[in-house]
Amino acid sequence: MEAYKRVALARKKTRPTGQDFINNIFTDFIELHGDRYFGDDPAVITGIGYLLDMPVTIIAQERGKNTKSRIKRNFGSSHPEGYRKALRQMHLAEKFNRPIVCFIDTSGAFCGIGAEERGQGHAIAQNLMEMMSLKVPVISIIIGEGGSGGALALGVADEVWMLENAIYSVISPEGCASILWKDPSKTKEAANCLKLTAQDLLELEVIDEIISENHRDFKNVYRELKLNLYKRFRKSQILSPEILTQTRYNRFRKFGALDITK
Amino acid sequence: MISKGLFKKPKNELEDHHWVKRQSDPAIPSELCRSCPSCKQLSFTSDLDNNFHICPKCGYHFRINGRQRLNMIIDPGSFTEHHQNLISTNRLEFPGYEEKLEQATLFSHENEGVITGIGKIGGYDVALFVMEVTFMMGSMGQVVGEKITLLFEYATEHHLPVIGFTVSGGARMQEGLLALMQMAKTSGGVKRHSDAGLLYIAVLTDPTTGGVTASFAMEADITLAEPEALIAFAGPRVIEQTIRQRLPKGFQRAEFLLEKGFVDGIVPRNLQKDTLIRLLSLHSIPKGGDDHGSL
Repeated sequence: MEAYKRVALARKKTRPTGQDFINNIFTDFIELHGDRYFGDDPAVITGIGYLLDMPVTIIAQERGKNTKSRIKRNFGSSHPEGYRKALRQMHLAEKFNRPIVCFIDTSGAFCGIGAEERGQGHAIAQNLMEMMSLKVPVISIIIGEGGSGGALALGVADEVWMLENAIYSVISPEGCASILWKDPSKTKEAANCLKLTAQDLLELEVIDEIISENHRDFKNVYRELKLNLYKRFRKSQILSPEILTQTRYNRFRKFGALDITK
Repeated sequence: MISKGLFKKPKNELEDHHWVKRQSDPAIPSELCRSCPSCKQLSFTSDLDNNFHICPKCGYHFRINGRQRLNMIIDPGSFTEHHQNLISTNRLEFPGYEEKLEQATLFSHENEGVITGIGKIGGYDVALFVMEVTFMMGSMGQVVGEKITLLFEYATEHHLPVIGFTVSGGARMQEGLLALMQMAKTSGGVKRHSDAGLLYIAVLTDPTTGGVTASFAMEADITLAEPEALIAFAGPRVIEQTIRQRLPKGFQRAEFLLEKGFVDGIVPRNLQKDTLIRLLSLHSIPKGGDDHGSL
């Protein structure tokens, strides 16, 4: 399938959002709000719940389902508070030895005056650094759009999974076409060049697993995720924190170490 | 006065051309003066060279390349460069990327967008990285990420502080997600260095944006900035397009970040070396049982 078709599917308004994944995979979910510095960012939902019999911390970017909720959720584009709230929950997960699941679905971190004023770059940078050394297992799943740094800020995980029709990109194809070729009509071409589909990214080893989907019915997706997450976390439970963080470090350390000429 | 017939008249057009060309080639450097983008005043290039490339009239900091910066900071003759031969490949087969790399190499006389190595500042051993604005705007691809990570790993292993000068347009889109992954990779390097109890000072220079701001530029123990440097996650143009309104004057400049609490101090270029030496000195008390002495 052409890359741009995936982009359209990943952004489709009827596609399930973070909240749907929470509702369908976990039980007894309790949402926990706020970053304790400035406010609560509705573009990120955080909380704890059961994955079968296992308590886990859940962090999900939420883009909203209708006009009203999309405005409330800022279309899934977080302010720095969203990332700081996520980090607060990750540290709590570490304290209480709970695995962490992140659902990524954002067109990018929000670009605005308030976001810059309150350190959008700083918030993302801190997450990258802190996630690298979390002593509990972390799995990130890209369920829709994985927009650049705003997605990576929840994506430093032991394994990164991706739904079949999700995308993950350093820049939106629109942005790439207009910056590089000064021609927004070349969006489709840009989508191809950026290698942003799950298949491309599996080949580049940026992701570890593709979750196949029937994009009209997500029941199987939820079931598969529930089982895979449970199995994966059970396996990680026997690993020491040192091995866990070393493996995570190596996972990201490998990018670019091999294919550059010396 | 030249008497008639002393010089032969040119026989053909080519000779004539040669004559004209030589005449118009005076022994004066083409760039004797530079005009300041801020106050529009002219300054002699030689004056600027002797004044850290700061406008003597208004204090504007001209953009300088990595080698110039290196020479201002490091003790003369003490620098050993690391991995200067790493060059990028076009793994994604992104159209036009090879040509861009070639042009950037010719233009900047560097192999990639960052210079890394070890040296001394005021006698203190440091690991140093200086990003190169003339190489594709210091954008971060795999080589930039690799060199910076290698530097932090080296510094961790050898118990050295890291001093880094950032200037970057962000992640290099021609390397796609592999460029984005460098943000995580470098952050991992910084984190390990930090967990080892070692000092990292970042000096943010104009412009530091995008994926570099959202990774190692904002992860230092002490973050300094050059006056009026643009420091942003999203650049001003992107924000104006998103929110469709003009941005206030001074938005995202170093002084703004100081006011908002995101940098520790603003240090003009002529005081940077001195400031770094003082900071290195304040962090150089040996720890108990650590026989590595400085830091």
